[in-house]
Amino acid sequence: MSIAVTTQIICFSILSLVVIVGALGVILLESIVYSAFLLGGVFMSVAGLYLLLNASFVAAAQVLVYVGAVNVLIIFAIMLVNKKEDLKPIENIKSRKIISTSICLTLLSLLIRVDLSNIWGLSDPSSSIGEESTIRIGEHLFSDYLLPFEVASVLLLMAMIGAIVLARRDVMNKDISTGLPVDQELIEKPSEPLLIKKN
Amino acid sequence: MNTGLDLEYSFNEILKGFGLSSELAHIIWLPLPMLLVLVSAVIGVLVTVWLERKISAAAQQRIGPEYAGALGVLQPIADGLKLLVKEDIIPAKADSILFTAGPILVLVPVILSWLIVPFGQNLLISNVGIGIFLWIALSSIQPIGLLMSGYASNNKYSLLGGLRAAAQSISYEIPLALSVLAIVLMTNSLSTVDIVNQQSGAGIFSWNIWRQPIGFIIFWICALAECERLPFDLPEAEEELVAGYQTEYAGMKFALFYLGSYINLILSALLVSILYLGGWGFPIPVEIIAKTLNLPINAPVIQVFTASIGIIMTVLKAYLLVFIAILLRWTTPRVRIDQLLDLGWKFLLPISLANLLVTAGLKLALPQFFGG
Repeated sequence: MSIAVTTQIICFSILSLVVIVGALGVILLESIVYSAFLLGGVFMSVAGLYLLLNASFVAAAQVLVYVGAVNVLIIFAIMLVNKKEDLKPIENIKSRKIISTSICLTLLSLLIRVDLSNIWGLSDPSSSIGEESTIRIGEHLFSDYLLPFEVASVLLLMAMIGAIVLARRDVMNKDISTGLPVDQELIEKPSEPLLIKKN
Repeated sequence: MNTGLDLEYSFNEILKGFGLSSELAHIIWLPLPMLLVLVSAVIGVLVTVWLERKISAAAQQRIGPEYAGALGVLQPIADGLKLLVKEDIIPAKADSILFTAGPILVLVPVILSWLIVPFGQNLLISNVGIGIFLWIALSSIQPIGLLMSGYASNNKYSLLGGLRAAAQSISYEIPLALSVLAIVLMTNSLSTVDIVNQQSGAGIFSWNIWRQPIGFIIFWICALAECERLPFDLPEAEEELVAGYQTEYAGMKFALFYLGSYINLILSALLVSILYLGGWGFPIPVEIIAKTLNLPINAPVIQVFTASIGIIMTVLKAYLLVFIAILLRWTTPRVRIDQLLDLGWKFLLPISLANLLVTAGLKLALPQFFGG
């Protein structure tokens, strides 16, 4: 076994371990902040896996989009509303657990089925396009994947308009169905005097 | 197109001369450029700290450091040693794991970005195809480290500082990436080596600054904001937030933040010089110098000359920009947070979009000047 192959195997095992343990931590940890940071770690390790597959552009895009945008946004949201609140006990928790477990198991069996029935063609490493991949991705995006690409841009536009409407509350000051004016003022805490007068 | 010194090749040839296999030679070679870049980054920080002290002193009509070495050049080493031997404190109510991981997450992406900084045709660690995109991706990790240290400190000033740092860095990343995109459009490549080569045709006249003057200014403003330098140092505004996310840090962990911010400043200056000021290129093309001296471009003397000129020019341009950044820090007032966000979202973002559009149009109209 050459040194390059050994390095690859070591990297792959470490990255996979981090992905699995990290993903379990995201679900099982009590603290939501730890979960959010671990999610960033999982995203980073997935980027590392892409890098091992010679897909450097996809790896960098993964870091930029998932770690730099999605995860930062999640952490940001958690820190802005870091309120300690006791959650109410949920009714018939047992049956809910059974239903969700069975759905998850069905999905898992589907994934296993796909894994077993698919013929995974292992391409020759010498024929990999490597650094060319950026150009190839661009070509595909503007030829056979043009429609999904354009639809994604419409989705982003919708999200942007939604954000603007939410931020500018004066735009939506009428109830759409009844036509009555709706109070869209920001709910703010009444200011408290900092110094209490001593009598 | 592979002129210039190839140190890796010659190094491997020497090791093979000792009877080592090529694989082993490669493994011995691998850590050397990384170590070299790490050392040069740290030395760059020491030089910048000294410059900062001296220039701020000059701006305020003081003398500045004087007794530690000639002209106080040893002062930054004394600063560093002080931080090294200081007690490492973790506040009792702080989250010790996140508190420790925060500074590391801030520093590591910055150092990793040095991977793509070229000092010459073959004088960089790795000519990765995604080049400049790697830097944009890596710099987007930093806000996580800032948020982490802000949260873990368990201090309201730290948390506010961390949130401000993350908001600022997210807002200014977009115009920054858009102005880089205009350059990439002209070069047809993301690789930093290709970007410099594209500017090497006619010396100073072919530098990107003439073709992308607006992009240059946008990039420089955004780079300063990403580095949290003074017109934009809101995350650590001392009158409002004590020291922002660094408030609770001491000793080596504080030194990591300090190191990270200065390495980031030098890195930004290097990238401005690579993207807009011709990178390692001399204002007069080396080919013309070689022709007047009647030497072939591949002559060993010319090659050594080219390599040393390349390193000197890159560092010189970068430090010129560092000088401007330091001068800005000691002469401009701080902007308010609403002014900062207004500038980023309402001014720089539309301008950089327009710049990208104009570049694309000019590329189609005048392909010989804007890279067809």
